[in-house]
Amino acid sequence: MLTIATGNKAVAAAVKAAKPAVVAAYPITPQTEVVEQIAEYVTAGEMDARYIPVESEHSAMTACIGASITGVRSFTATSSHGLLYMHEMLHWAAGARLPIVMANINRSLGPGWNVWAEHTDAFSQRDTGWLQFFVGDVQEAYDTTLMAFRIAENNDILLPVMVNLDGFVLSHIMQSLETVEPGDYIPPMRLPHRIDPENPAGYGAMTGPNDHFRFRWEIERAMRNSPAVIRDAEEEFFRQFGRKYGPTEEYRCEDAEVLIVALGTLGKEAEVAVDILRDAGIKAGSMRIRWFRPFPDLDIGGRDLVVLDRGYSFGYGGVLSSEIRSKYPGASIYSVVAGLGGQEVTYDDIAGFVRDRRMGEEFWFGVDA
Amino acid sequence: MYEIRIHSRGGQGGVTAARLIAMAAFLDKKHATAAPFYGAERRGAPVVSFVRIDDHTIKIYSQIRSPDLVIVLDASIMDAVDVLQGMKPGGRVLINSPHPVDLPGVEVMTIDLTGIALSVDLVVAGSPILNTPVLGAIAKMGLITHESALTAIRDMFTDERNVKAAEAAYEELTL
Repeated sequence: MLTIATGNKAVAAAVKAAKPAVVAAYPITPQTEVVEQIAEYVTAGEMDARYIPVESEHSAMTACIGASITGVRSFTATSSHGLLYMHEMLHWAAGARLPIVMANINRSLGPGWNVWAEHTDAFSQRDTGWLQFFVGDVQEAYDTTLMAFRIAENNDILLPVMVNLDGFVLSHIMQSLETVEPGDYIPPMRLPHRIDPENPAGYGAMTGPNDHFRFRWEIERAMRNSPAVIRDAEEEFFRQFGRKYGPTEEYRCEDAEVLIVALGTLGKEAEVAVDILRDAGIKAGSMRIRWFRPFPDLDIGGRDLVVLDRGYSFGYGGVLSSEIRSKYPGASIYSVVAGLGGQEVTYDDIAGFVRDRRMGEEFWFGVDA
Repeated sequence: MYEIRIHSRGGQGGVTAARLIAMAAFLDKKHATAAPFYGAERRGAPVVSFVRIDDHTIKIYSQIRSPDLVIVLDASIMDAVDVLQGMKPGGRVLINSPHPVDLPGVEVMTIDLTGIALSVDLVVAGSPILNTPVLGAIAKMGLITHESALTAIRDMFTDERNVKAAEAAYEELTL
């Protein structure tokens, strides 16, 4: 069905279509609309799920963990401080190999208080063992949320998945949305290590120095399996529903001499900048990264990279440019720190970053001249 | 691409107006996006929201800086905000006002949306509703079809007074 929806409502609609048994969540700006909409679906009987209102995000994640370990599908959504409040339990969900799906509506962290888009919240959970996707429009938010369940629950993965949407910019914009009936695209969840609540039995959670590393390695092994599983989920999605996705979305990259690399909505706005630059004779392309964990292979090919960073590691550098530099040590990178706390960044600004690029340097938009 | 910037006060429904216009454009088989600019809103504070309409996919998320059309739902805002900022040459302004308004260098249309809302008793919590009647005016300007305007309103609201008010605005606006 074709309709028009906000990013938040698109996520809620995808969750409804994926039919989780349990949704546990705590509202936080700008995520609130996601859980409000799901609560409405449940109240109206359109969703046969148990909606658990909890007293904190930490409890939202533990409720999802408790549900998931019994072998049922669970979902939550959060943002910013809510995500960080879950931090301990995010490690727990990955360590217990539970395929929980979460939408994180990217928002900066206070103080000073700021409810607008920034990627620091997601970046700060980088090493928890969750898969992370960043999406660029309302349709992709819907589609990726559906894919997330299939990927997380794949028995070669069994890791939780976070779908990231830029706060307000994407969570609150209205765009067209085509909803689908996923059917067997998301097979029934079969958790091999589920606990049977009818016959409850726990097993020792203690792993000594001779075993613990094996469990850590198993998480990494699943991560290394994940690119093939994600590609399969994307290809099957294209076959069944006709929309194509990959680790990156590339726009006019074939003959490009300079690539704008970004996550989320900045990567969409970058495509408009590419058209402007091309009209001015500059061979630019846009490479929007969709997978953050696992971090994908990039077809950089010796080209200049103008990396837009919406999150920063203090004392080191822009997070996305650091990731790329670490994977491709020889890459020629101009790191542009832009869009923090919802700072307005237009396609003209992005085109300007490319025109004025100083390779190997860092530029703080609005601070540096 | 046609770009609309809506000026209103928090609680007057400017964001909903943007969503209704985008919905109607979408029903007309156009591409459309509606985006509120969220500040630290509270009731009564000046707010802006944006609508983009195009024949192609819209990839722009940043705010509208040179609108083709500015809609002012509360004329008193013009004392505090420069609603003409960045106006495209040849751009138009639609102001909710019972009296003609003269602004230099732009084509100004006025319509008494408040009066229309009051005349059909479209009042919620003591405030006249402006976001549904304004759709009638936008349809009269030809930016969305009359039919899609009414469908969009009915999709979001069950109270038929919203449709009545939009119809009245459609009749009343003179181009």
